Amino acid sequence: MLTKRIIPCLDVKDGKVVKGINFVGLKEVGDPITLAKEYYEQGADELVFLDITATHEQRDTMVQVVQQVASEIYMPFTVGGGLRSIEDIKRMLRAGADKVSLNSAAVKDPDLIAQGSQIFGNQCIVLAVDAKKRDDGSGWNVVIHGGRIDTGMDLLEWVQKGVELGAGEILLTSMDTDGVKQGYDLEMLEAVRQVVNVPIIASGGCGSLDHFAQVFEKDCADAALAASLFHYGELRVQDVKMYLKQKGIPVRL
Amino acid sequence: MIGIIDYGMGNLYSVQNAVKKLGFETITSSDPDALAVCDKLILPGVGAFGDMMENIQASGLYDFIKTWKKPLLGICLGMQSFFESSEEKGIHQGFGFLQGHIRFMEDPNVRIPHIGWNALEKNQNHPIWDPCSSQVYVYYVHSYYAKDMDPQDLVGVSEYGKMKIPGLVIKDNWMGCQFHPEKSGKDGLEILRYFLEDF
Repeated sequence: MLTKRIIPCLDVKDGKVVKGINFVGLKEVGDPITLAKEYYEQGADELVFLDITATHEQRDTMVQVVQQVASEIYMPFTVGGGLRSIEDIKRMLRAGADKVSLNSAAVKDPDLIAQGSQIFGNQCIVLAVDAKKRDDGSGWNVVIHGGRIDTGMDLLEWVQKGVELGAGEILLTSMDTDGVKQGYDLEMLEAVRQVVNVPIIASGGCGSLDHFAQVFEKDCADAALAASLFHYGELRVQDVKMYLKQKGIPVRL
Repeated sequence: MIGIIDYGMGNLYSVQNAVKKLGFETITSSDPDALAVCDKLILPGVGAFGDMMENIQASGLYDFIKTWKKPLLGICLGMQSFFESSEEKGIHQGFGFLQGHIRFMEDPNVRIPHIGWNALEKNQNHPIWDPCSSQVYVYYVHSYYAKDMDPQDLVGVSEYGKMKIPGLVIKDNWMGCQFHPEKSGKDGLEILRYFLEDF
């Protein structure tokens, strides 16, 4: 039976993991390789690295990080952030990433999804979408640049288009629940679930064990992503998995 | 020496790393002469079946692989190429080492692609299982799978919806993994080690 995936997400800037990191017993808490190994040992199913480096030149650092991670852990990982061209995608995949996630760049140039999936396979292309509920409550709009720009595009139309173009997975972040720690945006996730048949990674809002269980019990997603919850050591991956197992949700232990 | 066949597709770096980690030297090449001196070969692969076979033909590797008699490990799409044909984006011929055809996942109740960690169950006893955990999980990423294969060649299988996905296949000098052993944690490495040391 296919298991539900638990995915820690690491924001990397200039080769260092940023966002509060509070692992007990780790010397280099900001080192992506050390953290990747820690999560591998904890039983994480995948990792996501988001490169939040500002400039293109500094991206070479990210390529080195990816190479190092790939040479030290034997689990799948996705790299996202700032990938704008086929050449950018190729560089990350060649360095050892299994998948790339495309967000703002795909909105600006949807053809990148089509070309990327054609060349590297649908399974390599994760469409990352940030969305926010419209003020009139009639649905959700796609937002880009970390939520600063509302594209006016309808979420459900966009994910359908993305999958038609060749995205093999959707990483869906709700800007309404992100950082609030009151649980994933189940309503948004369910709506997306209804219109696409690719796996969905839920993101934004997880604050407790029960939030993981909710998203899987309602079958809103195939994987759940969390960042600060794991980084601050509030929960360990294996705690989440033990809890889910008790709830009858299939996990890899 | 372990040769990794490079025909321009696939995440070669991870396979190479995993093999090195297990203590073996590798060369990655598209040149049949360079690969011919290797003890064992690995055929990785991502992307579409037709593109892969075309690239293999264009690199002059088709006859070389077809007639290779030493151990050969196919991973993911590489494993699929061992079968007779695939229906991915048109009908394409495979190497035909194993009986069976590559088909699209027909179960309407599952997500496609099949992405994630699935339990790999024993279809038959085999020494490859000995060093593995009692419950083996492996990482899959694919939308097509082998059907109508000879059950004698099937060593490990995963369930996905109503489908039985051939995960691990072995026949003569050919070993194939639909999953990614290089991405499947400790058990994945054990499966790879079996190929490198004992197959």
